Amino acid sequence: MNTPINIKVKVNGKEYKRAVEPRLLLSDFLRHDLELTGTHVGCEHGMCGACTVIMDGVSVRSCLIFAVQADGHEIETADGLGTEDALHPLQQAFMEEHALQCGFCTPGFLMTIIPFLRENPNPTDEEIRTAIDGNLCRCTGYENIVKAVKKASVKMAGKAK
Amino acid sequence: MKPAAFDYYAPASVEEALDQLAELGYNGKVLAGGQSLIPAMNFRMARPAALVDLNNIKDLGYIKEPGEGGLAIGTMTRDSVVEHSKVVMDKAPLVVEAMPFIGHSQIRNRGTFGGAIAHADPAGQLPGIALAMRARLHILKKGSDRWESIDDFFLGPFMTVIEPDEMLAEVVLPPLPEKTGTSYKQVSRQHGSTTQAAIASVVSLDDKGKVASLRVVMMSVGATPLVSSAAEEMLVGQEPSEAAFREIATKASETEIDPSTDMHATAEYRRHATHELIIQSLTCALERAKGKGG
Ligand SMILES: Cc1cc2nc3c(=O)[nH]c(=O)nc-3n(C[C@H](O)[C@H](O)[C@H](O)COP(=O)(O)OP(=O)(O)OC[C@H]3O[C@@H](n4cnc5c(N)ncnc54)[C@H](O)[C@@H]3O)c2cc1C
Ligand code: FES
Ligand code: FES
Repeated sequence: MNTPINIKVKVNGKEYKRAVEPRLLLSDFLRHDLELTGTHVGCEHGMCGACTVIMDGVSVRSCLIFAVQADGHEIETADGLGTEDALHPLQQAFMEEHALQCGFCTPGFLMTIIPFLRENPNPTDEEIRTAIDGNLCRCTGYENIVKAVKKASVKMAGKAK
Repeated sequence: MKPAAFDYYAPASVEEALDQLAELGYNGKVLAGGQSLIPAMNFRMARPAALVDLNNIKDLGYIKEPGEGGLAIGTMTRDSVVEHSKVVMDKAPLVVEAMPFIGHSQIRNRGTFGGAIAHADPAGQLPGIALAMRARLHILKKGSDRWESIDDFFLGPFMTVIEPDEMLAEVVLPPLPEKTGTSYKQVSRQHGSTTQAAIASVVSLDDKGKVASLRVVMMSVGATPLVSSAAEEMLVGQEPSEAAFREIATKASETEIDPSTDMHATAEYRRHATHELIIQSLTCALERAKGKGG
């Protein structure tokens, strides 16, 4: 039952080999085992969206996946976006538009919006609101998040060529 | 909150999964998308001794068009795949219409079509949609298999005829007759939150514009999704009219449901919403049926 199982996971392009107990959640694996604390944990039952990561290209709740299930899969987290000196355009837009206050929800929003913009590089406000309906923010009131996504989409579309 | 310890099996084939389920019996539980089971385990409302994870079985995820028409959907097909499928839109638009109401995109990227039906949440969309579509379910166990009609599938809230050593493998949605219109209507507090009440309607017309067959399914107002027999009794063979829809809505919402009060809505509100949604859903399905084939 508690016997660890060997897994191999690619996170933000880097391969990690670890032994994990089956009951370890992917969110806890990322934060505690890999010390990648960019992924936040709010509710642990799928409601808040803070723990959203990208798995094989689509956004999922890392609190609702066991780490063993990530074996052989590819994960992207907020840790892999920009650096303090060179923010990702979406992070930059969040900063400029004041789309965060406490920042607790932000990684979940980022990892929801990145695959959304890959699919839909030129979204309407309505589409942005639908895309973020699974992420809770208690601070901003969402308006500035919508603005930031809009701004980032323009910038990123320009860059993508 | 963290789940209690469990044994983990990740079979690579259906045969292997069935072997493991047979061996584990009441100790085993199927893990599909995990979007209902893992929250329950995190809360320790569920403490399965062993999980049989179907996620590594590649041939359980598919959308096929069988020779006899309709659709065959593999149990592990993700909700988001069904939601964006052109064939599903073409053959079973009711399914696509209901999909965006299921939680959020992140949930639908992981949750599975069969898992939601097997979960049998009375507030869930897919159990009701499967009932409206007269689905047939292929259930496997070691050494045998059986087909069940969706009409006999649900036993109560979160209870179905699937035994612990069995698994749902495929959901077949039979073809809709020509001149059929479908409609899904739901109310909830905000987008993606729990269904307060919902109605799925399937209306088929004959050449003279009379109702050849219909099904009205009411969700979140009883222990399982419920088929309205009033709708069938009052409309089949008849000319559809707004007056008839109102009569059905009154009879169904007063006599055919058993709504309860919880944090999401009061029983009275659910009754009222069911009444209104039946009228809206039938009106919409009828319009769509008329738009098909002249
Ligand atoms: C925040 C949030 C919001 C949600 N909102 C909604 C909503 O609005 N509407 C809605 O309907 N659902 C909602 N869900 C639940 C979601 O749709 C689930 O995906 C679905 O109910 C179960 O499917 P699953 O594949 O995740 O199954 P799992 O969680 O893996 O399994 C659920 C149950 O079904 C059994 N099971 C699964 N597959 C099989 C099989 N093939 N054979 C036998 N037994 C099986 C499991 O053993 C378990 O008991 C929400 C979930 C979350 C976290
Ligand atoms: S912590 Fe995963 S959704 Fe809230
Ligand atoms: S910035 Fe505080 S919760 Fe969103």
